[in-house]
Amino acid sequence: MSEASVDPPVADRMVDARRLLCPMPIIKVDTAMRDMSDGQTLEVRATDPGLVRDLPAWCRVNGHGYLGIRQVGRELTAWVVKGQSGEK
Amino acid sequence: MNAPERVERPNPIRALGLLSGGLDSTLAARLLMEQGIEVECVNFHTGFCIQSHTGAMRNPKPGAEPARHDALHAAGNLGVKLHLVDIAEDYVRIVTDPKHGYGKNLNPCLDCKIFMVHKAFEMMQTQGFHFLFTGEVLGQRPMSQRRDTFPVIDRESEAGGWLLRPLTALRMPLTEPEKLGWVDRERLMGFSGRNRKPQMALAARMGIRDYPSPAGGCCFLTDENYARKLRDLWAYRGARAYSMEDILLLKAGRHLRPAPHFKLVIGRDEAENYFLSGFVEGRTLIKARDLPGPVTLVEGTPSFEDLTLACRIAARFGKARELPEVTMTLESAGCKESRVVKPLAAHEVLEDWHV
Repeated sequence: MSEASVDPPVADRMVDARRLLCPMPIIKVDTAMRDMSDGQTLEVRATDPGLVRDLPAWCRVNGHGYLGIRQVGRELTAWVVKGQSGEK
Repeated sequence: MNAPERVERPNPIRALGLLSGGLDSTLAARLLMEQGIEVECVNFHTGFCIQSHTGAMRNPKPGAEPARHDALHAAGNLGVKLHLVDIAEDYVRIVTDPKHGYGKNLNPCLDCKIFMVHKAFEMMQTQGFHFLFTGEVLGQRPMSQRRDTFPVIDRESEAGGWLLRPLTALRMPLTEPEKLGWVDRERLMGFSGRNRKPQMALAARMGIRDYPSPAGGCCFLTDENYARKLRDLWAYRGARAYSMEDILLLKAGRHLRPAPHFKLVIGRDEAENYFLSGFVEGRTLIKARDLPGPVTLVEGTPSFEDLTLACRIAARFGKARELPEVTMTLESAGCKESRVVKPLAAHEVLEDWHV
């Protein structure tokens, strides 16, 4: 899935990266994922539009699963799964 | 030098590269990967990365794709792991007190490179890499990529002979991984100077097409306007210091300083207004009531009269500029008040105020 489609995934943890600029949202995600177990889902809230391109790229490079992103107004919400590489 | 004592050929040989996402660092990584070396890369966040920030703060241009993080996409194309490391807090001392001085603006390029190589050298030692590499090319950059600065980088970063520059290696003394036979020197390059044709030819040979144009600077500290605003901040604070919020706010809005003890930051579009409205803590936020107009932040120690002047300036930059009077709201430390002011006329906004 990519854009808004089915119900949002249930996240194990949430990172608030609103008003942070690239690459800080990604660095916050990276830091949060270190304390998580494989298969757990992280929800990311952000406002930097670059996340739409950077988060899937980061997941691909580092072997995590990218579940998709939704945008409401300026706010983006995205979901990633730790350690589950490959296209979802 | 604190060198790892390995003489046997490790398997695999693991190299850590500094990746900007530009063509040179990408080519350097590929040259080593072609030799069967296992490559991972690191990209440091200093707080001054120009790319994408301005775009992320302004209204998007119609049809434009959002900016992307070059190093991340280069790593994706290379198929290598990328470590994104935030060094912004430690980086303050590099910007405020560079041992080797500044370039044309406030760019401490040599200190910056030494600092980054040193950080990478620490990662190399703690994370089991065998050597470091960069995409540096002799004579490519006037301040840091010179025959006399490479040895300074090697020495002061403590990386010494464990830093390889694959694109320019044939013009440099042998490094440790070459001496040990881990890297085949014959398959490295001897590029030099500012001519980029050899790099473009190598990219074509390697099938690398998707790379950013060599803009010659991806750091706000090399930007004249940004450097002027940072100097202004230092001058009126009486100290060469900055917080992470300071350096973000210098990237947004128009900056006016009507008096030494206070400054206005005025949003230029909807996106900047939204961005600025997140920084009200420790500042005063001014908006026109019930009328479209910018978000204005006031920083410093303004008096009651100064804030009235700030309201008049803020009104000047809104749709209400032609009205005889406008009601402005001021928000500070959780308190709100309103003032009715006459917007300044164009000629009353002094040229000297613009930072």
